[in-house]
Amino acid sequence: MERTEDYTTEEVMQSRKARKFNLWLGMIGMFMMFAALSSGFIVYTASGVDKGIKTILPNTFIYSTIVIVASSLILHLGYRATKLEQFGKQKLYLLLTIVLGVVFFVLQLDAWSVLTERGVYFVNNNASQSFIYVFTGMHLAHIIAGLIVLVRCLWGALKPIPYPDNLFRMNLAAIFWHFLDLLWIYIYVFLLLNQ
Amino acid sequence: MSSTVISHGAAHHDAHDHHQETFLTKYVFSQDHKMIAKQFLITGIVMAVFAMMLSILFRIQLAWPDTDFPILEVFLGKWAEGGRIKPDFFLSLVTIHGTMMVFFVLTAGLSGTFSNLLIPYQLGARDMASPFMNMLSYWFFLTACVIMTASFFVESGPAAAGWTIYPPLSSVPTSIAGSGLGMTLWLISMALFIISQVLGGVNYISTILNMRTKGMDLWKMPLTIWSFFLTAIVGLLSFPVLVSAVVLLFFDRSVGTSFYLSDLVVQGEILPNEGGSPILFQHLFWFLGHPEVYIVVMPAMGLTSEIISTNSRKPIFGYHAMVYSLVGITVLSFIVWGHHMFVTGMNPFLGGVFMITTLIIAVPSAVKAFNYTATLWRGNIRFTPAMMFAIGMVSFFVSGGVTGLYVGNAALDINLHDTYFVVAHFHLVMGSASIFGMLAGVYHWYPKMFGRMMDTKLGYLHFWITFICAYLVFFPMHFMGIDGVPRRYYTFTAFPFMDKWFSVNLLITWAAIVAALAQVAFLWNFFASIWKGKKATQNPWAANTLEWTTPVEHIHGNWPGEIPTVYRWPYDYSKPGHDTDFIPQHIPYSETMSSNLPHDFEGNEEAIRIQNEWNKANNREVIEG
Repeated sequence: MERTEDYTTEEVMQSRKARKFNLWLGMIGMFMMFAALSSGFIVYTASGVDKGIKTILPNTFIYSTIVIVASSLILHLGYRATKLEQFGKQKLYLLLTIVLGVVFFVLQLDAWSVLTERGVYFVNNNASQSFIYVFTGMHLAHIIAGLIVLVRCLWGALKPIPYPDNLFRMNLAAIFWHFLDLLWIYIYVFLLLNQ
Repeated sequence: MSSTVISHGAAHHDAHDHHQETFLTKYVFSQDHKMIAKQFLITGIVMAVFAMMLSILFRIQLAWPDTDFPILEVFLGKWAEGGRIKPDFFLSLVTIHGTMMVFFVLTAGLSGTFSNLLIPYQLGARDMASPFMNMLSYWFFLTACVIMTASFFVESGPAAAGWTIYPPLSSVPTSIAGSGLGMTLWLISMALFIISQVLGGVNYISTILNMRTKGMDLWKMPLTIWSFFLTAIVGLLSFPVLVSAVVLLFFDRSVGTSFYLSDLVVQGEILPNEGGSPILFQHLFWFLGHPEVYIVVMPAMGLTSEIISTNSRKPIFGYHAMVYSLVGITVLSFIVWGHHMFVTGMNPFLGGVFMITTLIIAVPSAVKAFNYTATLWRGNIRFTPAMMFAIGMVSFFVSGGVTGLYVGNAALDINLHDTYFVVAHFHLVMGSASIFGMLAGVYHWYPKMFGRMMDTKLGYLHFWITFICAYLVFFPMHFMGIDGVPRRYYTFTAFPFMDKWFSVNLLITWAAIVAALAQVAFLWNFFASIWKGKKATQNPWAANTLEWTTPVEHIHGNWPGEIPTVYRWPYDYSKPGHDTDFIPQHIPYSETMSSNLPHDFEGNEEAIRIQNEWNKANNREVIEG
């Protein structure tokens, strides 16, 4: 993607460092979005006694939390395997992470169906309940992005692209996926505290 | 970390000419920061002209509310039946004028152009941290522009809820014509725009922190870079909040949720939504909206600092104070949003807190205004067109900033809110000031962008007409506002108390029309000079920053050989003892022995010793170690 063949070693290293930094900044931006939703939720919920989640969060969220934490750990193993140049293991762990990511996605959708069975709909005059869908939905949109990143990593590993590029991709993908993991834990704890 | 292992051959770094660039990769899907800067600028100029024409249309309505102009019907069709602009369309005009000017011209057109152009150039980098993201940033921006413009071709017309898109007007599609598809397109366009700004902003911050050349520590960066850096930080922290606000608004409009809606009867029909709060939207919106005005004005301040210093042939007065005042503005910009909401029934105590934080912003702003003036003081001023516009920027910033003290005060704002006083205030302080900063930048860096000079005489003509007319347009609005004339009203003849302002409105509209015509001089000068302008030299303004050490012809990677190392700050103008009145940043102190000063060495004893030896040999005063 970058035309770096003209540049000195130092310049390529500098550019990689900067691109990794880009990711951190992007994550700050994403976090700000969820921080805004959180403050919106707090302000809204405080506006009347009839507001608030007023239901117990589905147990499915516990399972999805376990799944995404597991996926994060496995991706870490994948990154370690890449560092040790064990490419077979790298591909296996990446594939496992992707599968767990998809399982997480399905579990979240399942949690939505549990909520709707209880009559907690998205279109709701108590918007505190609508917020549950917004939080989880926006997070799922990011999970889709995360899955695309992981698939691209796997594609790179299968092709295979040169080792340093492969490792760099793995590094970025792992940081992003761990962030999505932590973001979910933040959302879950935030909702639990407000249920 | 091991992830920084290198895969690319480093041996060919001098071979810059072996790329086969096609028309598409060079001019359209370019990843080169210089080309992307030009793309942002030209798109920004096109949007500015469009948004300016919208303002002329609504000014015509305001000046002659009872007159028919059949020609309007020719161009606008059913929106100006019988030659008179319809009320719904009038609201669309003010909405889209505001949106385009604030976001497309003064955010993307200003930051997008000059951050892209100057960050790699002035810091000594080959390109941005991620050229690909940079390209995406432009294409998201262009798509946003196209969608916003396309909303004029929609049956029900463009969005009409004002650039602040307050619900319920924006969130109930049936409320007015402009709340329909036009509003949906507005939201889509803005979502794409935010993606563009975040991609761009992330890149700017990362490039500034990671890709500076050797010797370019933070305190040697030009003030332009400081302003782009802090602007990007403000954008990164505030734009995502607007995403959240817009997402919830979208759900209210299109899905039926009740985040912002409650107890509404529209066109005789009771809406099912309950429990929502439109004030929640205002909080989320202004958490972006207020920082946004600093996103608009800070780059203009940075450009002005650079241009005023260069053309006064003097170091910028109070470099550190200039940086700290930008930092102060950045921090304060996040804790003042409530001053837009004094009349929403806000708790007066909270209003008081927002008032205090707001008025504190006067301090860093005044520091900047005084420092600009002090830089000009006894300078060897060269009144280039860029310099004229930079001084004009300071003028507007001061005259618009002073009224900020009025509207920032809750007790006064309750009277002035939503009147023409506010329109006057922000058009001067962030509208005119920023556009003048941007134009100053265009005149100053044109030779760097296009390798040619703009015509100076046309530049002066452009400046004087625009400067005088901008004051004629906005200054009288203060008096109308004090008299209680509300903004966004369609006709001035409907209320007898406004009758006395009829002639003033006429003056404002004529001044606006003349100002618009003056822009033809600029457009001609800008586009014709691309091909016909006088060829530029490498450093036409005798400036110190690194961009003027690159060749006039643009090359991939900016510098043909090694990137220059930086040794000094960018404001060594008219340094006593030196033979020219400027010393570029890449000139080492060893080449300027006759002008070095004690503080240049930052306590480096070896350097002081060498300098003292030279001083003794040349009968100069010895530095105290």
